[in-house]
Amino acid sequence: MSPILIIFYFLAAITLATAFLTIYSRNPIHSAIYLVICFFSIAGHYLLFNAQFLAIVHVIVYSGAIMVLFLFTIMLMNLNKEDEVHKPRITRLGAIVVFCLMSLVLIAIFMNSKPIVGEYDITGEDFQSIKVLGKVLLNEYMVPFEFASILLLVAMIGTVLLSKKENTSK
Amino acid sequence: MNNILNEIGIENYLFLSVLLFCIGIFGVLYRRNAIIVFMSIEIMLNAVNLLFVAFSTYHQDSQGQVFVFFSMAVAAAEVAVGLAILVSVFRNLGSIDIANLKNLKG
Amino acid sequence: MEQNLVLLLLLTPFVGFLFNVFFGKKVGKAMSGAIGTLSIVVSFVVSIYFFMQLNQTGKPIQISLFDWISVSNFKLDFGILLDQLSLLWLLFVTGIGSLIHLYSISYMNDDENMHKFFAYLNLFVFFMITLVVGSNLLIMFIGWEGVGLCSYLLIGFWHKNQDYNDAAKKAFIMNRIGDLGFLIGIFILGSVFSTLDFVQMENGLNVGTANTGMLGLAALCLFIGACGKSAQLPLYTWLPDAMAGPTPVSALIHAATMVTAGIFMITRMNFLFDLDIDSVHLVNLIITIVGATTAIVAATIGLAQNDIKKVLAYSTVSQLGLMFVALGLGAYNVAVFHVITHAFFKACLFLGSGSVIHALHGEQDMRKMGGLKKAMPITFWTMLISTLAIAGIFPFAGFWSKDEILITAFHGNITIWIVCSICSINTAFYMFRLMYLTFFKTFRGTEEQKHHLHESPSLITIPLIVLAILATIGGAINLPGSMWLNHYLEPIFATVSHEEHVLGNTEYMLMGIALAGAILGIGLAFSKYIKQNVVPNEDNEIKGLTKIVYNKYYVDEFYTFLIVRPINGLSNFFRTTLEPALSKTVFRLANVTYVMANQGKKAHNGSVGLYLFAFVIGVCSIIIYLFLV
Repeated sequence: MSPILIIFYFLAAITLATAFLTIYSRNPIHSAIYLVICFFSIAGHYLLFNAQFLAIVHVIVYSGAIMVLFLFTIMLMNLNKEDEVHKPRITRLGAIVVFCLMSLVLIAIFMNSKPIVGEYDITGEDFQSIKVLGKVLLNEYMVPFEFASILLLVAMIGTVLLSKKENTSK
Repeated sequence: MNNILNEIGIENYLFLSVLLFCIGIFGVLYRRNAIIVFMSIEIMLNAVNLLFVAFSTYHQDSQGQVFVFFSMAVAAAEVAVGLAILVSVFRNLGSIDIANLKNLKG
Repeated sequence: MEQNLVLLLLLTPFVGFLFNVFFGKKVGKAMSGAIGTLSIVVSFVVSIYFFMQLNQTGKPIQISLFDWISVSNFKLDFGILLDQLSLLWLLFVTGIGSLIHLYSISYMNDDENMHKFFAYLNLFVFFMITLVVGSNLLIMFIGWEGVGLCSYLLIGFWHKNQDYNDAAKKAFIMNRIGDLGFLIGIFILGSVFSTLDFVQMENGLNVGTANTGMLGLAALCLFIGACGKSAQLPLYTWLPDAMAGPTPVSALIHAATMVTAGIFMITRMNFLFDLDIDSVHLVNLIITIVGATTAIVAATIGLAQNDIKKVLAYSTVSQLGLMFVALGLGAYNVAVFHVITHAFFKACLFLGSGSVIHALHGEQDMRKMGGLKKAMPITFWTMLISTLAIAGIFPFAGFWSKDEILITAFHGNITIWIVCSICSINTAFYMFRLMYLTFFKTFRGTEEQKHHLHESPSLITIPLIVLAILATIGGAINLPGSMWLNHYLEPIFATVSHEEHVLGNTEYMLMGIALAGAILGIGLAFSKYIKQNVVPNEDNEIKGLTKIVYNKYYVDEFYTFLIVRPINGLSNFFRTTLEPALSKTVFRLANVTYVMANQGKKAHNGSVGLYLFAFVIGVCSIIIYLFLV
């Protein structure tokens, strides 16, 4: 067992466990915290791949921005009480069935299409440093890049508009 | 420097990604609290991102990582708008139980 | 140049129609009347020009306006044929038409819809011209239908009265029945000859065609069409009811022009009716018998009528019957002669009766007239001349033409001759009955009417005078010596076998007998209505044979019982039973969709969880399908 494999198992365990706990816990604040830990572990996975840029961006965007947004919303709506009614039993059963079904199906697919490689080749050249990423992003993918910025602008406007308090009488 | 996958093997990442994705689906269907549903969706997105990066290393190509970049941008935008909608719903209905969103019935 | 003139001839009345439709109300009564009359006068002048030209060159004018139908081997173009026959018809249609338009300017002056009246009259003349100048049967049919339509519009002109509307509908429907026969005849001829052009059909016959049975059938169907339009038995009952229209309409349409369309059509197709085939001989026999029967029946009905216009209507039916007798016996030029003279004196009679009705402010019952001779001299003298003409007194126009018919009948079949002679005697009787009751003795109307009696204005009397003059001298076109009309029409009847009736002793004797019969009729009328001072009874006092004749032999009631009642019953059945059944069936079919939709609605229960569940199941199935199956 190489050390890298052990690190992988460790990180994978944290990821899966925290993801499950996110869903399972009654208190939404706890769920949010678990999710943050999950995201950090995924950032760890990225670092294993030597995708440093992506790891940092992941931490900043997901843990830093998105989860903070979630936490704000939860606190805004005073949801730290644990007063949720469960769904009907049949629905929960259905959910579990779907979970198993989906996972089995997907795993079956990927096992069927298992690549027959022994050695993974390595080109030797740098393909994922921030320099190369920057070049690819701004050369081939410039249009989506610009559109992504417009998308963020639109989302911002939409959000501001949606969350305005109505001035009419309630 | 070796390809990391030589150590770990791509199947492991496949299984991890799939399990994470299915956990996300499970969360979407199991919980009634809209916030938790959103979080499950984020889990699903992350699973996909992870797989992309794994295959980017497999193919030694940077395009996978570029896609992850965009996926994250979209996820951020989606969360912003989705939470704004959720806040509106909370203001109108008083709770965020998705069983209350029955106006499309009929 | 010629084409332009022909178009002018054809289209000027139509332009008059359009003008009166769109601007008639605005320009006022005098102007709309003037424009209407002017358009017909223009057509008349152009017809005179063409007539002169034809007399000079002797060649008919054939102009093809455009190619109309061209299907496999059937070709038809929209053409104009101006030969002797059509020019003759054009002359008297447009000529009498312009006189009647002139008359209507004064007659319809009190009516607020005068511009509409002139529009319809112009449209009618346009269609009549189309009928006459068409170079093939289909254009003639367009004109045929068009004059039927205008007849409907004009009879029902005072549409606020439901009885008039019913009369108009009756005219149109009976015409339609005849038109069905006409159409079937056209179809048969089209299939036999592969063309409907008159000249080409005639040539086709000369070359020789087989299929004689079909030709006989075609002739019969065409005759049925003529029956409908020219009011022969059994399709004649619309003509007396058509008197509901204004008097100029009765004069133009139901005396001089539209009802002669049937005769025109048969004369046009003389090459068909003159074939030496058994079936065609049978058809000719049928034509003669129908014509004679119609003549005598209508004449007897006319004996007991008390409405001045109805007497004239039955007289028209009777005279048309005589014309058909001539056609059936093969004497086409005799029939044409009688058409022309009849147009003159019948139009004059109708216009005169219109003048009388106008003076009496709408009174049409002869029992309330009398003694108008002093008050309306011009009307009296012109009507007297026309009555003498219709009775067949020498030397007025009717004598010559009716005599020709009687001579032809005598040479054809003695029985027909006897029937026609009886009919002529009856005609003389009831026409003079009309004159005596209307103009002689003392006035039987109200004091108020007596006070207002006066002669009609000049726009009314001028046409009367012109027509009376024509009724006097009209016989000149075919006097036994010169026979101008016969010679003129020879090219039309090139294939018809003629016999020139040389005036021998038989002919003079027949003329004498006819004259004597007419004088007998006049004498009987004189003795009854002048000597014995008889006035016909009021309606509830009429008894016995007179009552049957007065009620037109109850033919109308018979038709109602036989045809109208079953159709009404059928339509009632459809309304109460079939139509609700159909709509319920359709409704139930629609209901099925509704029920299905209601069941499908249950899938939309609004819970987001269910929707997400459905998403996942769907994605699962797609993935399974794509990758594992």
